[in-house]
Amino acid sequence: MLRLIVQRLSLGLLTLLAASVLIFAGTEVLPGDLASAILTNSATPENLAAMRKELGLERPAAQRYVEWLGGVVRGDFGHSLTNKRDVIEELAPRLKNTFFLAIYAALIAVPLAVLLGLLAAIWQGGVYDRSINVFTLMTISVPEYFLGYLLIKYVAVELGWFPSLANVSPETPLGDRIFLTFLPMLNLVLVVVAHMMRLTRASVLAIMASPYIEMAILKGLPKWRIVVQHAFPNALAPVINVIALNLAYLIVGVVIVENVFTYPGLGTLMVDRVSKHDVPMVQACGLIFAGTFILLNIIADVGAIMSNPRLRHPR
Amino acid sequence: MTELEYWMQQIAQGRIGRRDFMGRAAALGVGTALASTLLAQAGKADEPQKGGTLKLGIAGGSTTDTMDPTTWTDSVTLVCGFTCMNGLIENGPDNKPVAELAESWEAKPGAAEWVFKLRKGVQFHNGKEFDADDAIYSLNLHRGETKSGAAGPMKAITDIKKLDANQIQITLASGDADLPYVLSDYHLLMVPKDFKDWAKPVGTGAYTLDAFDPGVRAAFKRNANYWKQGRGHVDAVEITVINDTNARMNALVTGQVDVIHRVDPKTIALLKKAPNLEVVRAPGGWHCILPMFTDTAPYSNPDIRLALKHAIDREKVLQVLFSGYGTVGNDNPIPRGDPYFNSELPQTHYDADKAKFYFDKAGMSDARIVLSASDAAFGGAVDMATLYQATAAKAGINIIVKREPADGFWDNVWLKAPFITSYWGGRPAATQMLGVAYKSDAPWNDTHWKQEGFDKLLADARAELDEGKRKGYIWEMQKQLHENGGALIPAFRDWLDAHSNKVGGHTPHNGFDLDNGRIAEKAWLKA
Repeated sequence: MLRLIVQRLSLGLLTLLAASVLIFAGTEVLPGDLASAILTNSATPENLAAMRKELGLERPAAQRYVEWLGGVVRGDFGHSLTNKRDVIEELAPRLKNTFFLAIYAALIAVPLAVLLGLLAAIWQGGVYDRSINVFTLMTISVPEYFLGYLLIKYVAVELGWFPSLANVSPETPLGDRIFLTFLPMLNLVLVVVAHMMRLTRASVLAIMASPYIEMAILKGLPKWRIVVQHAFPNALAPVINVIALNLAYLIVGVVIVENVFTYPGLGTLMVDRVSKHDVPMVQACGLIFAGTFILLNIIADVGAIMSNPRLRHPR
Repeated sequence: MTELEYWMQQIAQGRIGRRDFMGRAAALGVGTALASTLLAQAGKADEPQKGGTLKLGIAGGSTTDTMDPTTWTDSVTLVCGFTCMNGLIENGPDNKPVAELAESWEAKPGAAEWVFKLRKGVQFHNGKEFDADDAIYSLNLHRGETKSGAAGPMKAITDIKKLDANQIQITLASGDADLPYVLSDYHLLMVPKDFKDWAKPVGTGAYTLDAFDPGVRAAFKRNANYWKQGRGHVDAVEITVINDTNARMNALVTGQVDVIHRVDPKTIALLKKAPNLEVVRAPGGWHCILPMFTDTAPYSNPDIRLALKHAIDREKVLQVLFSGYGTVGNDNPIPRGDPYFNSELPQTHYDADKAKFYFDKAGMSDARIVLSASDAAFGGAVDMATLYQATAAKAGINIIVKREPADGFWDNVWLKAPFITSYWGGRPAATQMLGVAYKSDAPWNDTHWKQEGFDKLLADARAELDEGKRKGYIWEMQKQLHENGGALIPAFRDWLDAHSNKVGGHTPHNGFDLDNGRIAEKAWLKA
């Protein structure tokens, strides 16, 4: 088991290394030289050359990549080109906000999705099953910003229950934070629940066709016990995978929701800096996003293996 | 807002007199007694009140913002600057220079040498007294090798000299009677000599900076020691950066902020229905423009230019772009509200026959007219280009609309393609606007307008201190541009702010939205 985890982790590190090459190469081929992007219309050949020297742009890309990677390993992502602040220092509060919202949404969405999925499997073909299917299909089909605007219109403007502006600051106490980010959280929950719920339902129902379930039915067990005790544990592997995918989305894919609710997360920071050619910041964000994705996938893999005795004890 | 409420707002803002108000009220069928009561109410609302936290929701902020004035380019830093700092000169409510940290000023004949007397006894937030060294340091931040947005206009200054502790002399390369307008620029705010710690800015303003999270928020506290009478009413100011138009509107509607700006004209009708919200509308100098290179065929032919100017339906453009919240343009970059606006130029309207007449007169029926359009210029630019294409087609003029990518538009298309969609933000003084875009050697001359006579008129107008003569010169320049210039200016846009009705003292200003950026020191909250 331990060997497996170590193996997966080292594979993950390799993937991360590959991602770092892609990220570095991506920022390298961006149109426009970094120095000219900073100087914009005040660029003259002389100060352009001086700026290139200051940034070390005249050295070969491979050398700069190795230096950058060396810094990253030591936890030094360099300094932002736009305001010269330390990248990590500037990222940290944003990263905290992003993780807070993701965890907040996940804590509600994951149990909810699994519960709704199991109920749909138990009452397969019933009114509940059909209506929850239609409802979740709807929330997943409309663009997320549209859902966000609907929530603002009805919950924030008409009912006035929750604020439309999630303007948290580092000093905001936890209680206020939960209140302020309620609508963005709900928005994200509505987006991710459908996917997880439908997969839970489908995997459970696939198991329900197996002979041992027939046996359970013949024994006269109640349906809910069959589903929860016999079918669900065997349907866990795909469910864990889809949960991991959605958790990754909650961290790396929420820039639009951040924008709609003016939430200071990592997504808006990255978009802002891409437009300003702030390469160290973009690289750091890219690496964090890649790392999140890889880590969650490793966890999903390990979780899926652990849920399956046959994989847990390979012959 | 009902009409009566409108007039109450007008009198509250001092735009109409008491007698006028009674007259209007009577015309609306309101009895004298009631009108008097209303008048008292309006008067009461006019009385600034102390205290409270003013919450502003502002667009135009970025995570890269700093409080260094040389880096400022957009609304959030502009408002933050005016909230904690002062300039030498304020662009006053009626677009006239008003004394701020400069108490008075005087130009020597020819307007190339100026003496500014500085206000005594004003203290910075750190306790230091403001003097000539501070002023010189603060102005010099924007001169010479600097990336400051004010560097262009400041180039005209050849020397700034200290006369004594409270007097400075500014020398210009050539006369400019509008120097006070130059100095009212939002970049040119006063900080102590040698000040560099922009994370904790020190100014003389009505508020001190409490927290600054770039692209997210800024918080200010009242400066109890503020020197200016009748300004700085609230205890605290909170600025939330809201770049998304809908999010800004929602924040106002749900009461999370008290004031927003850049209201989407398309939704303003809805906003007006809300009983607790008010719209503040100011005619401004912002205009969209279709610049043609006057030295490049076919636009070098004046008849082609006239044909193109008659082929656009300006009223419709105003409707499509700004839902009517603006004024039609007349190919004259000076806005109607400017004291030097030439009011005698005939308005050019859409006239397919005239357009066809000039087009045929030019004798270039095979002229290839390509309009490079992008929404990077302004929202709706491509729609406008398509609309223009349709109206021009009716005059037999074939315009090819070439859609340009938004990324790199200002680098690759502006000043490079001969006929494009673009905009100008307007300038406080007419001579500034004419100088920045229509002087032969101006780097941003986007119509390649190179006329010696025009340059001479501009130089004369700048050096002239006599109002009557200046007006003559400036009117003549506008006439030349209107009749012959390469700038097709379809419409001017209004500044559109909105606030909750508990906000007082938020008045419209021609210069820029949010009371020309000075809303924090001018507005108050009604108890």
